Amino acid sequence: MNILEIKNLVKVFGGLKAVNNITFNVKKGEILGLIGPNGSGKTTIFNCINNFFPITSGDILFKGKSIKGLKTNKICRLGIGRTFQIVKPLSKMTVLENVMASSFCHMQSIKEARSHAIETLIFCDLITQKDKLAKSLPIGGRKRLEIARSLATKPELLLLDETAAGLNPTELNKAVDLINKIRDRGISILIVEHIMKIIMNISDRICAINFGKMITQAAPNEVANHPEVIKAYLGGQNASG
Amino acid sequence: MLNSYIFSKILKQNIKTKLFIFLIFIFFPFIVNNSYYQHLMILVMMWIVIGSGWNVIAGYTGQVSFGDAAFFGTGAYTAGLLSHQLNISPWWGMAFGGITAMVIALPFGWICFRLKGAYFALATLALNEVMRHVATLWESLTDGMVGILIMQSFVSKIPYYYIALSLAVFSVFSVSYIMNTKWGYYFVSIREDQDAAESLGINTHLYKMISLNIAAFLTGMAGALYMNYMGFIDPEVVFSLHDISIMAILVGIVGGVGTIYGPVVGAFVMVAVQEIIRTGFFGILQEVARLIEIEFIDTIIKYIMQAHVMVFGILVVLVILYLPNGIVGDYGKIKQIFSKK
Repeated sequence: MNILEIKNLVKVFGGLKAVNNITFNVKKGEILGLIGPNGSGKTTIFNCINNFFPITSGDILFKGKSIKGLKTNKICRLGIGRTFQIVKPLSKMTVLENVMASSFCHMQSIKEARSHAIETLIFCDLITQKDKLAKSLPIGGRKRLEIARSLATKPELLLLDETAAGLNPTELNKAVDLINKIRDRGISILIVEHIMKIIMNISDRICAINFGKMITQAAPNEVANHPEVIKAYLGGQNASG
Repeated sequence: MLNSYIFSKILKQNIKTKLFIFLIFIFFPFIVNNSYYQHLMILVMMWIVIGSGWNVIAGYTGQVSFGDAAFFGTGAYTAGLLSHQLNISPWWGMAFGGITAMVIALPFGWICFRLKGAYFALATLALNEVMRHVATLWESLTDGMVGILIMQSFVSKIPYYYIALSLAVFSVFSVSYIMNTKWGYYFVSIREDQDAAESLGINTHLYKMISLNIAAFLTGMAGALYMNYMGFIDPEVVFSLHDISIMAILVGIVGGVGTIYGPVVGAFVMVAVQEIIRTGFFGILQEVARLIEIEFIDTIIKYIMQAHVMVFGILVVLVILYLPNGIVGDYGKIKQIFSKK
């Protein structure tokens, strides 16, 4: 069953086609990787899914229903959580307050929200930092906080935007563990990542895009050996030579 | 939320001090019989209400408002017109003043919350001026620049004091209650990062509206109190940009933006500052001018007394430079400075 279906998505900024006729599906319970060189439109696709940018044409179906044109907060309430590539912690609030604020998405009372937030923080291994200000966390912590915050909204589909960028090797392993743990909870994941080691290991399938166009979508090892993907990443001459 | 943490902890630790302060407020009119100081205390209470309102929308939600006078004046005119046009007791205005201010805030917020940051602040500034012109030009309803004069209900200041005090207590407690609910967390989230808040399932437009309406309601009630207490209003007074809107911002900033007790401290400081400048350091400046007998200095001192708005400006610069989180927010810092000496 497809939890998310992107159909002929087009997003135009002025004369630039940032996303050009992209079609792909995210199956329930899978991790779908989205790769492509810088500026190929990955984050734009995310911004189109949760309607930060209104889409030019095409359609986005979540659990079989179109979410085109719905407000960002409504899309989150339906069950699509997202993290930001450039982390956006609520800096003057503590880590716990950050997660509580998003826990209120599906609950009303402070008590419920607090206990749910604490659960989420334990799950994300951030509980020891709970009383620190969000801005005082190192980058690794902030990326985890991003994930914790969007998990607290009880998503069925999680959009992870470069959650591993800028992490050291220990943190990377922890991040991979966390993503696998999230998948084991039954949450489908659409992940954008530049670190090939990670994305090749955790993804069930990978979509490669370049200049807003889909190059290929297949299993990780097939994508890695696809001539056009190599060309996009390494440049034409190197690939042929 | 967090800035008030230290301060509220101190208050909690020190139950005796808290009780003492509370008792002073309760028995103030009996301790101090001088009606001038009673008048000042009533103003302080009124500013606590307005400051708390401003603090909700600007301090907690981060949508800086330059137009509190729009709500203040609407509240005042509601009370005034109820009595003037319909012969209903102006005290009804205390309830309706807040509601009519919300009636103004609703469409305004719905339209203008599409703007962010400084652009929203400019819109509130415009609202301020629009309301002032409406009150001035709609003479058939408001009598324009003539203003509205009503009979005051009490000769003594004591009843007004207690009404103002209860209103101030109500506003401080309701704001602190709201800030400890879902709404409070949402407001602060919107202040910290609106895009993140939106993507975390917070309907930012709706919650900004709620926040603005809370502010409008409190400010409107304060306006109605002003009408009842002063007995006279005109558009220049209640829709005044510098005496109401800017003063509200100062009460918030000086006391501490985004703190529960900030507006309380700010109201005391600002009313004192305003009064000190207005009276020329309680007449000392005039005395000096009289002694020196130089016309030039005499003139300067007169200008200083009229220029309390300029002093406000200098005060803002100083506060932002040295106490960016206000007196309550930087309480720890102030304590440090004094304990060193």
